[in-house]
Amino acid sequence: MSFDIDLTRQLGAQRVSARFATGPGLTALFGPSGAGKSSVLNMVAGLLRPERGHVVVAGQILFDGTIALPPEQRHAGYVFQDARLFPHRRVAQNLRYGERLTEEDRRWISFDRTVEFLGIGHLLDRWPRSLSGGEAQRVAIGRALLSAPRFLLMDEPLASLDRPRREEILTVIARVRDDLKLPILYVSHDRDEVERLADHVVPIG
Amino acid sequence: MLSAAEWAIIGLSLKISLVAILLTLPVAFALAWVLARGRFPGRMLLDALVHLPLVLPPVVIGWLLLIAFGQSGPIGQWLQSWFGVSVIFRWTGAAIAAAVMALPLMVRAIRLSIEAIDRRLEGAARTLGASPWHAFRTISLPLCLPGILAATILGFARSIGEFGATITFVSNIPGETRTLPLAIYSELQVPGSETAVTRLAIIAIILSIGALVASEWLARRHSGAEGTAHVL
Repeated sequence: MSFDIDLTRQLGAQRVSARFATGPGLTALFGPSGAGKSSVLNMVAGLLRPERGHVVVAGQILFDGTIALPPEQRHAGYVFQDARLFPHRRVAQNLRYGERLTEEDRRWISFDRTVEFLGIGHLLDRWPRSLSGGEAQRVAIGRALLSAPRFLLMDEPLASLDRPRREEILTVIARVRDDLKLPILYVSHDRDEVERLADHVVPIG
Repeated sequence: MLSAAEWAIIGLSLKISLVAILLTLPVAFALAWVLARGRFPGRMLLDALVHLPLVLPPVVIGWLLLIAFGQSGPIGQWLQSWFGVSVIFRWTGAAIAAAVMALPLMVRAIRLSIEAIDRRLEGAARTLGASPWHAFRTISLPLCLPGILAATILGFARSIGEFGATITFVSNIPGETRTLPLAIYSELQVPGSETAVTRLAIIAIILSIGALVASEWLARRHSGAEGTAHVL
């Protein structure tokens, strides 16, 4: 089982809950905006604490009644909708941020391979604010991969992109899914996207 | 060009202001962080206390310092019995007065920059493997550097100009507590001292503008990522 997840948390007036167990490949959390899909990802990443439930990813318990690993010990590669690159670091330093924090024997992809895989070699000296949405998203994916994640979390990574860029990043994500064989938890409200990428679909909300 | 006495006044003023800023900066940062991020009972009270030097007459602050640091004051007694020192009528006392008066301005500047940090960046750093402390050092601290810089310059300018609390707390002793503003005030008491006053006033203007130019220069050196990091 790649993702075995059962979560509940009250956020203001909203009750966010999710319960699913899915196999390898890409699991899409599909539902309307505001259904709490991002909160589910944040709880899996350890950025938000569930009231109860459990989070087990690829056999490792990240959260249950007694265990609650901090985000830095969960080895999640989180790709945010807004890329969320560090504005005070050039692209290369953004990419290296997580790599530096990973022990060498845990790394499974090299800097050069990541750069080549994502086609971002020409961006390394740039500042994040000078990147287009699609470029920023590719760098964000690279930054996540270089932290040697055991699984990926993707929060509407295409939502802030125009159509040609969407197609480009969609292809990148499909390649990450097929070539790197990482379990991916993918949030989207776009039916087309989900149909093209998902191995499993979990409706939320 | 300048007389030895004038150089001495400049030296004393700079020494007092620099010590005051070095003293205040870590305290101001800690207070700013707690006020920006902390959620605890008494936060409003702490906020009000920090702002007191900004709203009270400086003379009152000087008087309160006199009570606290005086021979029978709580801090004064403690300093006397543990270190055998007194700050009354000493340049160290002038530095304390300048530090207290500069504190609220510095806290405000730093707090604004802390509040402007996108906290989601810290979350992103955590998911990449950063401990809270590492995320603070590599993300939060560099991102509020322009605010810290602004606070330093503001605090320095405020310290250089400090008058009321200083003269009340540590008096106006040549060579010890007579800073630039106190020297100008003293000269003004002497008939026919227009030239001396003018010279000292020009020095004050040059020091202040110098601080401003230095801050702009530093901000520009640090502005690579942000593009426009103006201090004031």
